[in-house]
Amino acid sequence: MASGKRLKIALVGNPNSGKSSLFNYLTGLNQKIGNFPGVTVEKKTGACSLLDGSVVEIVDFPGIYSIYPRSLDEQIVSEVLLDHHSSATPDKIVVVADATNLKRGLLLLTQVIDIGLPTILVLNMMDLVAKAGISYDLQLLSKKLGVPVVPINARNGIGINELKTQLAATLPVSDKTIFSIWDDAKAPVKQLRDRVGIDNDYEAYLFLEQPQSLGFLNSERRNIVDQIRTEYKFFPGKFQGAETIHRYSFIQDLLNEITLKASLDQSWKKRSRQLDHILTHKVWGYLIFFGILFLIFQAIFAWATVPMDFIDGAFANLSRYVNSALPKGPLTSLLAEGVIPGLGGIIIFVPQIAILFAFISALEESGYMARVVFLMDKMMRKFGLNGKSVVPLMSGVACAIPAIMATRTIDNWKERTITIMVTPLMSCSARLPIFTILIALIVPDQKTLGFFNLQGLALMGLYLLGFVAAMGSAWVMKLIINVKERSYLMMELPTYRIPKWSNVGFTILEKTKAFVLEAGKVIMAITIILWVLGSYGPGDRMSKAEEVVQEQTKNMRLTEEGMADRIAAYKLENSYAGIIGKAIEPAIKPLGYDWKIGIALITSFAAREVFVGTIATIYSIGSVKEDDETTIKARMKEEINPDTGGPRFTPAVGFSLLVFYTFAMQCMSTLAVVYRETHGWKWPMIQLVYMTVLAYVSALAVYQILS
Amino acid sequence: MLKTGTTHIFALFKFNLNKSGMTRLKNVSQMKPGEVGIVAGFTDDHLSVKLMEMGCLPGASVRFNFTAPFGDPVCISVSGYELSLRLDEAATISILN
Ligand SMILES: Nc1nc2c(ncn2[C@@H]2O[C@H](COP(=O)(O)OP(=O)(O)O)[C@@H](O)[C@H]2O)c(=O)[nH]1
Ligand SMILES: [Mg+2]
Repeated sequence: MASGKRLKIALVGNPNSGKSSLFNYLTGLNQKIGNFPGVTVEKKTGACSLLDGSVVEIVDFPGIYSIYPRSLDEQIVSEVLLDHHSSATPDKIVVVADATNLKRGLLLLTQVIDIGLPTILVLNMMDLVAKAGISYDLQLLSKKLGVPVVPINARNGIGINELKTQLAATLPVSDKTIFSIWDDAKAPVKQLRDRVGIDNDYEAYLFLEQPQSLGFLNSERRNIVDQIRTEYKFFPGKFQGAETIHRYSFIQDLLNEITLKASLDQSWKKRSRQLDHILTHKVWGYLIFFGILFLIFQAIFAWATVPMDFIDGAFANLSRYVNSALPKGPLTSLLAEGVIPGLGGIIIFVPQIAILFAFISALEESGYMARVVFLMDKMMRKFGLNGKSVVPLMSGVACAIPAIMATRTIDNWKERTITIMVTPLMSCSARLPIFTILIALIVPDQKTLGFFNLQGLALMGLYLLGFVAAMGSAWVMKLIINVKERSYLMMELPTYRIPKWSNVGFTILEKTKAFVLEAGKVIMAITIILWVLGSYGPGDRMSKAEEVVQEQTKNMRLTEEGMADRIAAYKLENSYAGIIGKAIEPAIKPLGYDWKIGIALITSFAAREVFVGTIATIYSIGSVKEDDETTIKARMKEEINPDTGGPRFTPAVGFSLLVFYTFAMQCMSTLAVVYRETHGWKWPMIQLVYMTVLAYVSALAVYQILS
Repeated sequence: MLKTGTTHIFALFKFNLNKSGMTRLKNVSQMKPGEVGIVAGFTDDHLSVKLMEMGCLPGASVRFNFTAPFGDPVCISVSGYELSLRLDEAATISILN
């Protein structure tokens, strides 16, 4: 079947109702991330084969409590539910409700029914319902609501086949209207329906109530909505409270009718309550949280090195192989020195990102992450952030790209923007190679106080520095950004559960894919540009490189490789990159850098991880194979500063560089994501400027003080 | 009628006695761990809408569970689940007990 004709099924429901578990059950590995047309937000879709062999498309949506959105995340759902005539309009809506807390889940269901889309109600967590001794008359429930009701257990897949049968069947729109719009609203709603053409009253009513979710309207229809809203003095959420009360009273009556056996037995929650005593304790709570953080860092830095070394080696080999197997020429060079290292530079971060998201997703699945938000909220608020900023900041240690995408759950615009602005100050894994090599160069490999390794301490200090800078910048922005918008916490603390590991696996896959695609595009493009800048130069200096170097080194009896390295270095010096490096030398001299470091700054401007590779080329050690790091280190140690006659990389220069790379933006992919998330160039530009200024001034101060 | 905004419908549900000065109602932020009460009304229209969506409705019973280490936010049970609120959010929920 052509994919364009596949039925679209939307999964909506409260947070923690088990939507993702169900989505994973239905789609397995056939998941992909795409974009909603028009809306710059990715959607999770997957193909699901039904029992009759037909294939439908399932779309997973962010969790919502009602059709009135509270955050950007939630607004996406409203937009899709309100837009009934686009290619993205779902053919069926599956509302997933946690059956142990049916009352809250049914609120959303009644709204979806009233909006007039074909709906199925899925009651999840039936195992817990049984455990709690609750029993419902599901047939009556289905009859009263006019929608099919399917009980399932999304943890072990019970009921999935019944759901698939329902998905294949024809599904009429429910004939019930649960909430009829107020008499007062009838006139404007009628006018709107006549002029814009909207399917039903409640939908039209929502157009008037939440104009922020109407991104899909063209300007002509948009104007009509605005006109009517002004004429009848609508403001967002005008009657929302009354509507909610009306719906809940309907739901309460309904529950009274369909509940065969209620349960006051909450003993299945007892374990969870006891855990909260420890995990939110004023001493144990923080100790455990910091213990977990420590474990995560340990995992990222120690365990990830094995696969990372492997990836590094594999790409280096591939590059060499391509270089030797293909005929020499610019295309081979582009492939071997541009594209392949560029790809390697993306893939190398995958282990760290995967490990980090394994932890984050397991903590989220278990219900612990909500407690972290709970523990940290008060502290974070002092800095203009939100308890929910903790997850992005933590993720930022692996990579700012998924971290910034994770800020969508923060409903307050100011807090979200500040979180986005400061997250790149958290030291991401791309800084690690720079840190490692510079620390090895300037910090002695000694133990202090018996067991602390000085180099390890220095590394930890840099991470701390990044964190402190992030919090400090947040605090400053809190004072500068003058927006009065109330900020909320109001968050469910879900019952603790053992994580379902397959769900964790799916999250890892999803995040890693997002990173590779997102960062991949930019890094690839940049690598190619850099390759051009580094391989071409003005005039004929590049083509004459070989002759010149041979002339210069006539008496030196170099090996073939040594010669090739010298030629490469000469070429880089005379390339466009080298010329820019020399041009900025006056600006970076006060920081203690020369034009060679300048070249590395330029090439790493778009992606900081390029620094080490550039340094290797400049110092003519590009072709060294084994034990790269020590060679680069040794060569950097020998480099002489002609002005002083001493070593180039003095502690002052080293620390200056370390501080520079801790603060500098140096990552085009992050800027691209910030552009997408903030819908414009304003914030990414501010971010680029403030981080660069911070980096420059701090590096300057460090160098001037230390030298 | 539309012009009067939210108040005319809310009036039916609100026991907003604080403002009228008849009785001083307690609010959730003043409760102690383990204490139970009935939601009587809200002192903040904007927040009340969100609270009600989360099942914190007039007439519902609330139990105050515990607070975060620095006394803020707090955790309450309402409508059969655990909800965390900042202290200033909790202060907008009036209770009877
Ligand atoms: N006991 C039980 N747990 C479930 C069931 N469905 C999901 N869960 C768990 O509930 C938690 C939240 O599920 P998730 O799928 O992440 O919900 P979402 O927030 O709606 O996407 C996870 O820990 C799941 O493992 C179920 O039917 N029974
Ligand atoms: Mg989920």
